[in-house]
Amino acid sequence: MNAVIKGASYILAHVPGMVIHNGSTQITERIVNPESEYLKQLPEHLRTYQQAVEYWPNQVYIGNKTPEELAGVEFPYYDKPLAGAGRYGKFGEIMPEAEFLLLMQCADVFDVLLLEKGFVAAHRDELAADPVITEDIAARVKEGAEAADIERFVKEEHAEGLYADGKLVGCVKRAHDIDVNLNAEVMHENLVNKASNTLALLYAVRNAGIEKTDVEYVIDCSEEACGDMNQRGGGNFAKAAAEIAGLMNATGSDSRGFCAGPSHAMVEAAALVKAGAYKTVAVTGGGCTAKLGMNGKDHVKKGLPALEDCLGGFCVILTANDGVNPEVNLDILGRHTVGTGSAPQNVIGSLVADPLERNGLKITDIDKYSPEMQNPDITKPAGAGDVPQSNYKMIAALAVKRGELEKKDLATFASKHGLVGFAPTQGHIPSGVPYIGFAREDILAGKIRNAMIIGKGSLFLGRMTNLFDGVSFVIQANTAAEQSAQSGVSESQVRGMIADAMKEFAAVLMAKE
Amino acid sequence: MDLENQRRVKEFAEKYGPENVVVVLGASEGEAAGLAAETVTAGDPTFAGPLTGVQLGLTVYHVCEPEIKEEFDPDVYEDQISMMEMVLDVDDIVNEMSAIRDEYCKYL
Amino acid sequence: MAILKDKKVVIIGDRDGIPGPAIAACVESAGGEVVFSSTECFV
Repeated sequence: MNAVIKGASYILAHVPGMVIHNGSTQITERIVNPESEYLKQLPEHLRTYQQAVEYWPNQVYIGNKTPEELAGVEFPYYDKPLAGAGRYGKFGEIMPEAEFLLLMQCADVFDVLLLEKGFVAAHRDELAADPVITEDIAARVKEGAEAADIERFVKEEHAEGLYADGKLVGCVKRAHDIDVNLNAEVMHENLVNKASNTLALLYAVRNAGIEKTDVEYVIDCSEEACGDMNQRGGGNFAKAAAEIAGLMNATGSDSRGFCAGPSHAMVEAAALVKAGAYKTVAVTGGGCTAKLGMNGKDHVKKGLPALEDCLGGFCVILTANDGVNPEVNLDILGRHTVGTGSAPQNVIGSLVADPLERNGLKITDIDKYSPEMQNPDITKPAGAGDVPQSNYKMIAALAVKRGELEKKDLATFASKHGLVGFAPTQGHIPSGVPYIGFAREDILAGKIRNAMIIGKGSLFLGRMTNLFDGVSFVIQANTAAEQSAQSGVSESQVRGMIADAMKEFAAVLMAKE
Repeated sequence: MDLENQRRVKEFAEKYGPENVVVVLGASEGEAAGLAAETVTAGDPTFAGPLTGVQLGLTVYHVCEPEIKEEFDPDVYEDQISMMEMVLDVDDIVNEMSAIRDEYCKYL
Repeated sequence: MAILKDKKVVIIGDRDGIPGPAIAACVESAGGEVVFSSTECFV
């Protein structure tokens, strides 16, 4: 039987200090144009933590508001704060920068991350108060280093500075004198990914109502590379994060595919579970420092806040079929193949129309499509348009071309079968998966029957191929009862299974309240 | 425009002569198309790349513009691009591109 | 006079617009010589 979506988590960390110091746009600007107006103006455009919390798309991402509610907010979103919004949501949280730096230290097993004594003392209780940070994790925070030592490492030893409220409060040292794969910049990037990955794993376990010991396999689908000069992308973020999260029975591996990574990983996880190789698999992705402030120049030029100030993370727990939760239908898989080519109609055809046609379905048979869910507040001022809307226009145009949609319904297709974008531009993070948490709930509540998740990846950025990539899959209401009936399992057995699963589900709901 | 792409454009203009080079864009919005067109004609407006302050004045079109579209094999265009005309704001793109060409192109 | 025929053509495609290889196919059909094709990504 198909694997089910047992639960999902979505987390953000608001890191304005890293926007300035670790975003690739800013790093490049410091090299080519160190005295630029942009670098001078950027700090004034950074949002406070409270502003990031009250930002509508962020509240949707962590589950306090729905994409439908966001659709009712007048665009643009950055100047419409959501008063009374909080740090925690049903899917996860928005962690402040100071606590995130401490969490990075928890993720550091090589003693490369130092934090100043006073800073640690001021914030360690805050991190410990986080509902998913257990004592064993909080205990990994160290007493702290002297400010003078940190300054020396940054000035003389090529360490990467860590900043909070504009002040140097720590550093990440290089892990090797010569190997660039272990220099301070890469170690910083990887520790950020690992820490945000860990946070996503912790929330997902909680949200799915399972025990940490239930997780047997973790697939990381981020875009960072961990390794040394002899195996530059050796991995394995998945197992490294699982260790800090305390998933003692898990092993794992990293799966890569640029922004299509999460969708590939979801299909792999669903297949592993369906095949019986593992009963519970976590698909997880952490945040990316390089993309912080990626479109900052456009935002600053247009007088907007620097909206790319949050790291994103997500995790989905897939388990053996419980008779209740929505399942991943592995019969309906879209894939962009080597032979598909890069014409947009071929790309969207291979991902949407082809898999549906192979299963005797039409484009309009899918209730909701979740392609790339980038927040248009971020992309539109940067000239990249409204990415989800463009995807819906393409899907609708294809449906018209195939005679599955009337031309007059082109304009309403997006509002009926689509969503507004709400995810941060963290590469793999917005790619299809941000809707899985809502899709699970909407299917359980009977609001929709199914949803197609579409991931697309710009493989050409790695200069190894000019190819594009993408995969898609369909989540649908649970069919275990029908399948059992067909295979001759008695009705009472099915009832028993459903009753058990419902009890479990009720327990999870109660635990959350 | 990506810094590496700017470097390549500059090299090709030097190698083949700017009058022999045509740049074709695929941007998703008028503004982005205009910025890329400005980069290969009047210089990088973001002052970041190798084309900063370099006025190449190259001939530049967006692939959906009518002047260039009529030179393509219609079947190829139909297969490769036609659907995107339903997605892109072609009028906006044409306006932005024409404005840049009128002002900065040297070889029309 | 033709715009593309016998010209050296540089293609800057866009992941969320028209990707480079799709433009290249059109340019070649018009007799242009594609000397460089790239696709940019803003997300």
